[in-house]
Amino acid sequence: MFDHRTRTRLSITLWVAALAVLASLGACSSGSEAGTGSDSPEGGAADPADTPGDTAEGTSGDTDDDTGNDVSEAESDEGAVELTLLTHGSFDISDAVLEAFTDETGHTVEVVRGGDAGELVNRSVLTAGNPEADVMFGVDNTFLSAALDADVFEARSESAVDEFADVIDPALLDEQNRVVPVDFGDVCLNYDRAWFEENDLAPPGSLVALTDPTYRGLTVVEDPTTSSPGMAFMLSTIAKFGEGADEGFENFWAALRENEVAVVAGWEEAYYGRFTWGSEGEGDRPIVVSYASSPPVDVIFGEYATPPDVAPTAVIEDGCFRQVEYAGVMAGTDNSDAAGELVDFMLTEDFQADIPLKMFVFPIRDDIELPEEFVKYTSVPEEPSRMEPAEIDANRSDWLDTWDEVMAG
Amino acid sequence: MNRLRGAGQRGLPGWLVAVAALVPLVVVGVFVVWPLGAIVARGLRPEGEWDLGAIGEVFGSRSARRALWFSTWQAAASTLLTLLVALPAARVAARYRYRGDGLVAAVTTVPFVLPTVVVATAFWSLLGRSGPLARLLGLVGVDDFDGRGSVGAVLAAHVFFNHAVVVRTVGSLWRHLDPRLDDAAATLGADGWTRFRLVTLPLLGPAIAAAGIIVFLFCFTSFGVVLILGDRTHATVEVEIFRQIRQLDLDVAAVLALAQMLAAVGLLGLWTVMTSRLGGARRLAADADHRRRPVGRRQWAEVVANLAVMALLLGIPMATLVVRSLRSRGAWSLTHYRSLFEGEGDRIVDPAAAVWASLRVASIAAMIALVVGVAAATALIRLGRRWSRLYDTAVMVPLGASAVTVGFGLLITLDTPPLDLRSSPVLVPIAQAMVALPFVVRILVPVLKAIDVRLREAAAVLGAPPLRVWRHVDLPLTARAMATATGFGFAVSLGEFGASSVLVRSGEPTLPVAIFRVLGRPGSENLGQAMALSTVLLLVTVAVLILVERARVGPGGSF
Repeated sequence: MFDHRTRTRLSITLWVAALAVLASLGACSSGSEAGTGSDSPEGGAADPADTPGDTAEGTSGDTDDDTGNDVSEAESDEGAVELTLLTHGSFDISDAVLEAFTDETGHTVEVVRGGDAGELVNRSVLTAGNPEADVMFGVDNTFLSAALDADVFEARSESAVDEFADVIDPALLDEQNRVVPVDFGDVCLNYDRAWFEENDLAPPGSLVALTDPTYRGLTVVEDPTTSSPGMAFMLSTIAKFGEGADEGFENFWAALRENEVAVVAGWEEAYYGRFTWGSEGEGDRPIVVSYASSPPVDVIFGEYATPPDVAPTAVIEDGCFRQVEYAGVMAGTDNSDAAGELVDFMLTEDFQADIPLKMFVFPIRDDIELPEEFVKYTSVPEEPSRMEPAEIDANRSDWLDTWDEVMAG
Repeated sequence: MNRLRGAGQRGLPGWLVAVAALVPLVVVGVFVVWPLGAIVARGLRPEGEWDLGAIGEVFGSRSARRALWFSTWQAAASTLLTLLVALPAARVAARYRYRGDGLVAAVTTVPFVLPTVVVATAFWSLLGRSGPLARLLGLVGVDDFDGRGSVGAVLAAHVFFNHAVVVRTVGSLWRHLDPRLDDAAATLGADGWTRFRLVTLPLLGPAIAAAGIIVFLFCFTSFGVVLILGDRTHATVEVEIFRQIRQLDLDVAAVLALAQMLAAVGLLGLWTVMTSRLGGARRLAADADHRRRPVGRRQWAEVVANLAVMALLLGIPMATLVVRSLRSRGAWSLTHYRSLFEGEGDRIVDPAAAVWASLRVASIAAMIALVVGVAAATALIRLGRRWSRLYDTAVMVPLGASAVTVGFGLLITLDTPPLDLRSSPVLVPIAQAMVALPFVVRILVPVLKAIDVRLREAAAVLGAPPLRVWRHVDLPLTARAMATATGFGFAVSLGEFGASSVLVRSGEPTLPVAIFRVLGRPGSENLGQAMALSTVLLLVTVAVLILVERARVGPGGSF
C-alpha cells in the first residue's frame, strides 16, 4: 500500500514538473523566436548550393519586437518592419538570400506556410481585406483570377517590374500591378526510363498514346479536385482537346479511364506511391503526372555516389501545362511599402538565381544564369499549354464537375 | 442516501461550480462552434441574406449523396470490424496480468495518437505491390496484389486507429467486473459462451455501445486516411467538404459541414445515454484489480493469440515505417537519420527543432486540456441528470465538428484585435487541446464520481471549508487520473495533424507537420527522411504512453 502510494505520488510529481519545465521553456522560446527571420537557425551551416556562407545569423534577430502586431504604429518609410510572407509548402529559399534582404532594407521576414497552392488561395480569399500576412507568394495562374477577383492583392502605383520589362514576358504582367510573376514551371507527364527499357517498350510520345492499349494500366494522375498538378494536367487536356462530348477532353478522359488510369489524391501518393521509379519498385505505374523539373530533382536528391549521365526519369513533352507563380502585396496590410520592397526583391538577381535549386522551377527573368546540374538533366517543353487565368476561373467549377462525372462513370 | 450524496457533492460554492461549468462551454464555443458557424454563414449567406436553396441543391447532388452514403456505410463496417478484433483484446487486457503487459498497452495505444499522414504512408508501403502482404499472398499463388486505393485499405486503417478506443473503453470496465459473478455462473454449469452472453455482455453492453459510437463517429468524420488511401469515388463527407472549400464552393461545404455536425450531435446524444448507463455496471464492479496470471494452456493460448493478432494488425504497419526509414536504395543503412540530424544545406525542417517544438506545444496543449477538462468534469458531476447529458454532449462536440471547416473558420473569426490569434503561437496548442478535451473529461469523470462522498462529509464535519475539502479529498484522489489525462492529452497533441496543418504558421513546425512538409518534397532521400522523422515521432509517443500507463487510473477511468 505504502509502496504503491509513493510511486503514484512520485509519478505525478514527475509529470507536473516535466510539464511545467516544458511549458515555461516553451513560453520563453516561442516569445524570443517569433522575431527571427529564417525558419531554421542552424540551417545555413554547410550549404553547397548558395552563396559562400557569410554567417549572417545575428542580423535577423536584432529587431526586438516580439510579435508582428506592434509594428503597424512604427511604420514609416525608413522604419524596419517585421514582414510576414504567406506561401505554400513547397516554398524554399536560401537563408542567405533572405538575410541579404534584411541587410539591405532592415526588414525581417517571417515565412508562413499555409498548405499547398490551392489551400493558400482559399486562405487568402477567406481573409481578403484582413490578411494574415503582408506578402503572399505562390498563387499560380490556375487560381490567380479567383484571388484577384476577391481583392486579395493591393494595386501598386509603381513596382520594380518595369525595370525588367525586357527580361519578363509582358503577357504575364498585371496592368494594375497587383501581382508580379516570379517563377514558372511545367507540369508534365514523366516516365521511368529503366522500366521502359526493361520491358522493351517505347515510351508514349503523346497524350493520345496514353489511351492506347499498349499503355493500359501504366499511368497514374492526381485528382484535380484535390491536387494542383492534377488540376494543371486536366487544364492541359482541355487546352489540347477542347470541350464536347465526342472529341473534347471528356472523351479523352473516358478513354483514359477505359485504359485503367489510376487517380490518386496528391502528388506524393502518385510519385512515391504508384510511380515505379519514385516508389523504389513498389509502384506499378511507369508514367506519372509530375513536373518538367522532376528529373534533375531525382538526380540531386537521388542518393547517387556519382551523378549519372542521364536522369533516371524523363519528360513527355506533349501535354505539359505551364504554371506561373505570382507574388503580391496583400490588401489591408499595415506595411504596404515594406511589403512592396519584398515583392520587388523577388525579382532581383539574388532571389531569382536561388530559385532553381530551391524550388525546382525556372526564374521568371530570362537573363538569369541557370545552375549546371539543373540545365543538364531538365528539359523545357517547347510548346506547353497555356491558359488565361480569367478563362480558367470562369470554367473551373464546370470543368471539374464534368471531369467528376466522366471519372465516376 | 441520495440526499446525503447530494450534500456531499454540493461541497463547492455555487459560483465556483458555475464558473467551472462556463469555462469549457466558452472555450468550445469560441474555438469550435463559432468558427464552424462563420464558415456556414459565409456559405449560406453570401450577400448578407440567407440563401437556403443550397441545402436542397446539395442533397440533390450526386457527389454529396455519395459522400453521405459512403461515410455512413464505411463507418458502420469499420466499427463492426474494430469491435470484432478489439473485444477479445479488451478481454485479455482486463483478465490477465503478464510480464510486459504495460508495454503492450502503451504500444497498442500508439496507433490512436499517430498522425494520419504517417499511418496512411505506412499503409501505402504495407499494402503496396512489394509490401509484406503482397509477398505473403504471392506465396499462396495470388500475384500482383495491390491493396492501395481501395475501401479495404480504408477499413484496415480505421481498425488500426480505433483498436485502442475499444480496448481502453471496454477493457477498463471489464477489468473491474467482479470475477465471482463469472465463477458463480460456471459453478452453476454455464459454459464459456453462455457466461459471456448472460453475465459479461449485459454488464459491458453500454460500454461496448459507447465505444462503438465513438469509433463510428471517428470513421464517419475520417479525413486523411480516406483522402490518401481511398480511391476517388469513395469520399467521406469531410473529404467532400475539403474538395468543395478548395474549389471555393463555400455553400456546398457549409451544408455538408452542418449535416455532419447534426449527425455527430445526434450520435453523441445517444452516446451520453449509453455512458450514463455505465453507472449500473460500475456498482457491480469491485474496486480491486482482478487481473491474474494466465493459468493453463487455454488461457495462455488466449493471451498469445491476441498478442499475435495485435502484432499483425498494429505491429506490422508500424514496423513497416521503421523498416522503410532504415532502407536506402535496397540496403540497410542509417543514411536517413544521419542526413536528418547532420543535415546538409538549408534543410526544409530541422528535426531536433521539430521534436522540441512538438514537446513544447504538446505540454501547453496538455495543460490547457487539463484545466478545461477538470472544470468540465467538476461541473458535470454536479449537474442534474438531464443537464449533465446536454452538457456532456456539448463538451464532446469537438469530436464531431468538421476539422477542415473549423480550421478555415478560425482564420475568419479570430482575426480582429483583441482576439487576433492567427499570428499567436497559442492557437495551435488551443486547437489541439480541443481535440484532447473529450478524452480528458472521459478519464476524469468516472474517477470523480467514484469518490466516496463520506470522505468529503467527514472532512466537512471536521471543519474544513469547501475548497480545503476539495484540495485534501478530491485532489489527492484524482491526482492519478489527472496525470493520466494530462499524459493522454499530451500524446494526442503530439500526433495531431489536421488542425496544426492549417494553423502552424511560422517556421517552427511540429513533428507531424514537419513530416508532411518533408513528404511533399521531391526526391527519394526526402521520403526516407520523412520515414525517419515518423519513426522519431513513434518513439517519442511510445515513451509518453509508457509514462501514462504507469500512472494509469485506479478505479477505472472510461478511457
